[in-house]
Amino acid sequence: MTSKSSTQQLIIEGAGCASCVGKIESALKSTHGVSSAEMNFADRTVMVSGTALADELIKAVESIGYNAKVLDNQQADDIMDEKEAADRLYYKKLIRDTVIALGLGVPLMVYGLFIGEMTVETTTERISWLVVGILTFGVMYFSGKHFYAGAWKSFKNHSANMDTLIALGTGTAWLYSMVVVFAPDVVPSMARHVYFEATAMIIGLINLGLALELKARGKTSEAIKRLIGLQAKTAIVIRDEKEVEIAIEQVLKNDVVKVKPGQNIPVDGIVVEGRTTIDESMLTGEPMPVEKGENDEVVAGTLNKSGMFLFKATKVGKDTALAHIINMVKRAQNSKPPIGRLADVISAYFVPVIMIIAIISALAWLNFGPQPALALAIVSATTVLIIACPCALGLATPMSVMVGVGKAAEAGVLIRNGEALQTASKITAMILDKTGTITEGAPKVTDIILAGATNEAEVLQLAASLESGSEHPLAEAIVESAKEKQLELLKISAFEAITGFGVQAQCQGKTLLFGNVKLMQDKGIEVTGFTDQAQALAKQAKTPMYFAVDGELAAIIAVADPIKADSISAIKRLQANDIRVIMLTGDNKETAAAVALQAGISEFFAEVLPEDKANKVKDLQNHGEIVGMTGDGINDAPALALANVGFAIGTGTDVAIESADITLMRGSLHGLADAIAISKATLRNIKQNLFGAFIYNVAGVPVAAGVLYPIFGILLSPVIAGAAMAFSSLTVVSNANRLRLFKAQEH
Amino acid sequence: MLIANLLGLVAIGLIIWWFWLYHPSASAAFENEVVIEVEDGVYTPSVIQTSANKAIKLTFVRKDPSPCAEMLVIPTLDISEQLLLNTQTTITLPALKAGEYAFHCQMKMYQGMLKVV
Repeated sequence: MTSKSSTQQLIIEGAGCASCVGKIESALKSTHGVSSAEMNFADRTVMVSGTALADELIKAVESIGYNAKVLDNQQADDIMDEKEAADRLYYKKLIRDTVIALGLGVPLMVYGLFIGEMTVETTTERISWLVVGILTFGVMYFSGKHFYAGAWKSFKNHSANMDTLIALGTGTAWLYSMVVVFAPDVVPSMARHVYFEATAMIIGLINLGLALELKARGKTSEAIKRLIGLQAKTAIVIRDEKEVEIAIEQVLKNDVVKVKPGQNIPVDGIVVEGRTTIDESMLTGEPMPVEKGENDEVVAGTLNKSGMFLFKATKVGKDTALAHIINMVKRAQNSKPPIGRLADVISAYFVPVIMIIAIISALAWLNFGPQPALALAIVSATTVLIIACPCALGLATPMSVMVGVGKAAEAGVLIRNGEALQTASKITAMILDKTGTITEGAPKVTDIILAGATNEAEVLQLAASLESGSEHPLAEAIVESAKEKQLELLKISAFEAITGFGVQAQCQGKTLLFGNVKLMQDKGIEVTGFTDQAQALAKQAKTPMYFAVDGELAAIIAVADPIKADSISAIKRLQANDIRVIMLTGDNKETAAAVALQAGISEFFAEVLPEDKANKVKDLQNHGEIVGMTGDGINDAPALALANVGFAIGTGTDVAIESADITLMRGSLHGLADAIAISKATLRNIKQNLFGAFIYNVAGVPVAAGVLYPIFGILLSPVIAGAAMAFSSLTVVSNANRLRLFKAQEH
Repeated sequence: MLIANLLGLVAIGLIIWWFWLYHPSASAAFENEVVIEVEDGVYTPSVIQTSANKAIKLTFVRKDPSPCAEMLVIPTLDISEQLLLNTQTTITLPALKAGEYAFHCQMKMYQGMLKVV
């Protein structure tokens, strides 16, 4: 391919001074194929004209110590606008084609039904029908050209599609009619019938069906349009101590961006100045606005409600969470669940099989049919070709997936692909991790029971110092509690985490040990006399932990992690769907039992080590369960990967959306129940579509071939077949659109 | 009647041969960049051959306004790309393992094959 001259816009990173301009311009100009390069220092962009490729330009800029990237001016919403404009144009064309074709077809049909015979007997009739035949050819050319061109090109490619059937059906009807007009003698007198009205009507009806389908299809992509609409077009950035409003693509990493109340946040970043509340519902489905202050993360696409603030851009362009979400939704919308594969296999053989059935049908009529056998043979073959609809089959799955995945995204549920969608609808057992999934995941110290120690503050100070080395959520609670009491953390050494049991370290010459009862027993520390108190705490859904200093129990520190306000109702929703809900936790049995009881869960496994979570998933699978696993996506990665469907539960928008089959953007377990409800609704919709499309073809084709004729004397008209075919795919798209009205249960 | 029946049977035989038994050879072979037109319900060229050790750029030019032509899916590579009308959309594929990579529209009505040898 030869390169054509074009203008490209680059955005330069690292150009901090006006003198850079000359350097960058001359570096670009000296690149082979560049005819001009002009830099705009205010927005750090440079327009380059010539035949050089973008990669060469970027290399040239990089060679003098700056970074550059091609500015893609075509934002996602521009693409959507362009697509809509193209669709509108195509819709107009289809309607025009419909009007032309029906303009000839309807009067002809009315004539045939009520006024006269569509037969060729006299010379006058021959001349009249010849004129009609030429007019019909005009309709075929103007309104049906795309069918014939498509059919021919597919034929050359050894493939066949809907166009093939329409072209063959209408072509056969027209050719036969022309033979009757030109050489009536070769046709038995009873069969001298013309079918021009069928040709024109079929072309008109199918164009009408395509136009209506185009309209209905537009609605299936509403969800993605809404997501794309969340992207701001411009941003106010502070450059050289001045506020400048620039296009969103020109915002660079580390730019300081100003956001006023009522504005969408343009890129991802961290607040550096100001306080505000932000509505994140469009991404997370979480209706309550979130308070944000310094060092909090803000996410592109969310809405600033109250205050004005400044933030430092950390992710721009295609790296923002919103861009990732849009991409993931788009990709998932085009992936196919396994249920659609059968339809794909059938589609591959469908058209040639229909062609063969049409030939067999014509031969049967010729051999065994009543007079006029030839005319009846032509009618039945045409009707078979026209009534068969591969599109309804082909559309059945993708249309529903498109709407279902979009609908899920609106509820803050990101579905990776069609397979995850389908499997989620069949889940029979759901494993929930306790901490952070059922509970808030932000535990607090509730009790300190002194054993060997005498000073509560000292115990807390030592325990917090020890736990400052740990990343466990319970450890954070102890450190937080010490900070609240303004206790200084001491320096520790020889820190060791004993996974699943606890931690130990040295501090001020003392050996500190903190963990569960097993750890104490392993280290030979006497705990009898305190186990009853520990159990009593555990029964109140608190987690008691033992703290030993120099080989002696110093205290029991209890930490409680409250259950999320809506966990109980969400778990009920899962159970109402006949899903076995099972809780897993590393916590002790008593605490686990208490939390499970509060949450309404009857099955739980306590004291499960992180590596055993995956084994629990496997156990359930071995017992024939289809297992969903819900966790935070980081600690539970192996179990999430092994489960039939892994659900990563996020808090806010801080989620690793690449890590799970389904990502829940908000912390609430209702997202999980919503995900399952949407997947079930989508699968039901796909099944209805597939069933409808199968039945339509399986029943329609034999009727068109004339199986009802020997008993009931019924033979379908090709015009009826055309109408049925046009509206069968419209029905599929409309049924998929019904999913848009789906509402996950109120909560 | 005999002739009609014979013609019918021959037509059936031709359909089976043309659509199922005949395997078309690659119409674009061993080029670094291939421009594929999307028009009238087909990809032209529809069968592309490349070697396993090099990257290939596929540029799709959609001239077909039908919404069916809008999405291009390469399922095995997890690629789905929106093709805008009368616009070039380039997909750069890394060096692939030998094998056949089908590409098609959302409904699998438009079909093409990338053969990596």
